[in-house]
Amino acid sequence: MSTQAAPSGGSPSRIAQLREIVFSSPIVTFAALMLLLIVLAAIFAPWITPYDPARLSPGTRLRPASDAHWLGTDAFGRDLFSRIVYGTRISLAVGIGAAVAAVLLGLAVGLIAGFFRTLDAILMRVVDGLMAIPNILLAIAIVALSGASIWTVLVAITIPEVPRVVRLVRSVVLSAREEPYVEAAIAAGSSTWRILTRHLLPNTIAPLIVQGTYICASAILIEAILSFLGAGISPETPTWGNIMAEGRIYFQINPGIIFWPGLVLSITILSINLVGDAVRDALDPRMAKRGIDR
Amino acid sequence: MSDTLLDIRNLGIGLGGDPAHEVVKGLTLGIQPGETMCLVGESGSGKSLTALSVMGLLPKALAPTRGQILLKGEDMLTASSKRMRGLRATAMSMIFQEPMTALSPVHRVGDQIAEVLDAHTNLDGKARRKRVLEMMEHVHLPNVESLYYSYPHQLSGGQRQRIMIAMALILRPQLLIADEPTTALDVTTQKQILTLIRELREEQGTAVLFITHDMGVVAEIADDVTVLRLGEVEETRPVDALLRQPKTPYSRKLLQAVPSLIPRPPRKLNDRPIVLQTTDLGMTYESSGWFRKGRSVVAAKEVNLTLRQGQTLGIVGESGSGKSTVARCIVRLIDPTTGSIRISGTEVASISQRALKPHRRKVQIVFQDPFRSLNPRIEVGESIIEGPTNFGVPRRKAMDRARELMELVGLPGSALDRYPHQFSGGQRQRIAIARAIAMDPDLLVADEAVSALDVSVQAQVLELLDDIQKRLGIGLLFITHDLRVAAQICDDVMVMQHGKVVEYGPAATVLGDPKTEYTRALIEAAPGRDWDFGNFRPVSETMAAMKQQQS
Repeated sequence: MSTQAAPSGGSPSRIAQLREIVFSSPIVTFAALMLLLIVLAAIFAPWITPYDPARLSPGTRLRPASDAHWLGTDAFGRDLFSRIVYGTRISLAVGIGAAVAAVLLGLAVGLIAGFFRTLDAILMRVVDGLMAIPNILLAIAIVALSGASIWTVLVAITIPEVPRVVRLVRSVVLSAREEPYVEAAIAAGSSTWRILTRHLLPNTIAPLIVQGTYICASAILIEAILSFLGAGISPETPTWGNIMAEGRIYFQINPGIIFWPGLVLSITILSINLVGDAVRDALDPRMAKRGIDR
Repeated sequence: MSDTLLDIRNLGIGLGGDPAHEVVKGLTLGIQPGETMCLVGESGSGKSLTALSVMGLLPKALAPTRGQILLKGEDMLTASSKRMRGLRATAMSMIFQEPMTALSPVHRVGDQIAEVLDAHTNLDGKARRKRVLEMMEHVHLPNVESLYYSYPHQLSGGQRQRIMIAMALILRPQLLIADEPTTALDVTTQKQILTLIRELREEQGTAVLFITHDMGVVAEIADDVTVLRLGEVEETRPVDALLRQPKTPYSRKLLQAVPSLIPRPPRKLNDRPIVLQTTDLGMTYESSGWFRKGRSVVAAKEVNLTLRQGQTLGIVGESGSGKSTVARCIVRLIDPTTGSIRISGTEVASISQRALKPHRRKVQIVFQDPFRSLNPRIEVGESIIEGPTNFGVPRRKAMDRARELMELVGLPGSALDRYPHQFSGGQRQRIAIARAIAMDPDLLVADEAVSALDVSVQAQVLELLDDIQKRLGIGLLFITHDLRVAAQICDDVMVMQHGKVVEYGPAATVLGDPKTEYTRALIEAAPGRDWDFGNFRPVSETMAAMKQQQS
């Protein structure tokens, strides 16, 4: 049935493609909308928050939700809503930062491992070793070694994510390098650099975008876990994990301190994953639902 | 027409069932019990879709728009899916082109055949097994007891196709649909499978709807032939009548495009300089492990060949014969383990990649699959100039030359900024050829370069290669499994089997008067070898005519 396998006609513009992804199903549309809201909240945090997230107010501790404090206050009388909105900034920064860093690093290592057979054996053993250590354990170890700051947390979250990207890129390169057009380029005397960047790299972009969204979600989650465990960014900085960690003791008095950041975290992770799935379905038609329903 | 087994009336199939976008347009054909009807056409003619619609297996994107498919008077298009399930395997069966993907890789082949019995009969386990073993013997499989427990990957392509046939025919359906069942097989295997299908048809009285693009196969197996073109029936005729007097210009063209098995007259090229010479070229794949003994596979051994300027040398052989290995060694896509390769006098077999680079220019290759040989993300112009710019030709100059080359291969020069998906398979192969000759090579290696193309397109590309060779005087190393193609364009022919050269000499000698058993078997297995399609007569008549001319 080779006739059916013919490639799709002209490629639609990027914007049209994006629109197609976002409106592929109501759930995806909703997820994309939530993501947009979260990103806007992070960018415009100082304008939409009623209070300074660090402002202590001993007179109004552990208050439930009210007109003055939409989601109530924490043990130091700080406004919970303001803290969650500011926490979005850290979460998104860590998520996007870790995704970009892991993808770039993994891309470089994966291209090299996929193309140079001798280096492959060495690099992949290192990668296997890294994968053998649980992500969070590795992250805690890195933070413990170098002290907690947003940068070390970022590094600590990025490094455990790199192996997955390396494996992905390597497998794409391994199959793509057997393509006749790559062999034709070799026969044409093209340099290794040219073959890597021009013929192999573009094949990895689509799966990397998808993988990037998953890493982003996973990084946000790990950052929250690190903060919750007290191994993350210092407690005075509002992050979702930190807020929940502090609220743990006061759960009986004001459960909102754990509930609200937890809800925002869940919605964020879910939205990112849903959009990631939609992107994957759009980029790789084989993954989309199909078949003969008989 | 009361005894017609399968009666397709005015069948239309459209994208999403839309009559405005029909891919099969009002097809009508009838098959009598015990008859073999060949459905012939080039890719996109709708022949596979017709077969799938009979089985009720059309892809979701497509749906029938009109007409009827009557199997013994019952309309398949309106039958419920439960009824269709009941009819499959009992009244009609289908076998496919690629038996590797048509069989489940994780189940034993015997169990896969037994599953058919399980679905349609009440036989108990023991009786089922007995029926399966009988059927496996019936399709001439050896050691059926042990083959029963094999997995598909442990069998050869021919054996797998036999399993498929056993599965299809075990409940003795009246109709067998065979969708290019031999296309993925070697010629000698193909011959066996065709014989088997013919034998079973005679024995069980099964009618066969045989889909193929190969006129040779048609000549071997058909009673009647329906020629399809772009979803419409061109003509339906008894096979002999069609081959002798095709009615429509399209059928004529299709037949004329089939290369003749009669070798081309040799050209006098002995005084030309040698562009390629290999001595004792050998390639052994070694796999070594830390904890087990290394295995080695000899892919090619002691290959000696000489190719002169303007000459065409064909390497023919079945899959696994090592012909592609030789080609890839010569282009140095893989490094040969022994022997020497001299390209225009320079030894290239053992030099490093770096030292090799200046010599890359002299040897270029055209691959089999036109859909994969051009980078889909790069404009074709960029693909063509990649080689020349690597060797320091300025971009603009290279582009101007690319434009000339596009016209040389019969494509508009203005199409340089298009992407590969905007071209057809044949056009892409032309572009791949343009890319190869952009380097002004001394030697062009064509690795099954026309095998994936429809016959009419194949004829055009062969003509193009011939034309380019005449103009530029390059040596052409032509790798093919198709003896017809070899006979048509090669001066010399080398026959390979299991990595070794079995016969090597002028085409007329090797193909006309083969010295070895294997070559003879290959020629005998070539489908339709008794027909001279281009002249619309059997080969014997052509031979007689040639003799008459000579005397």
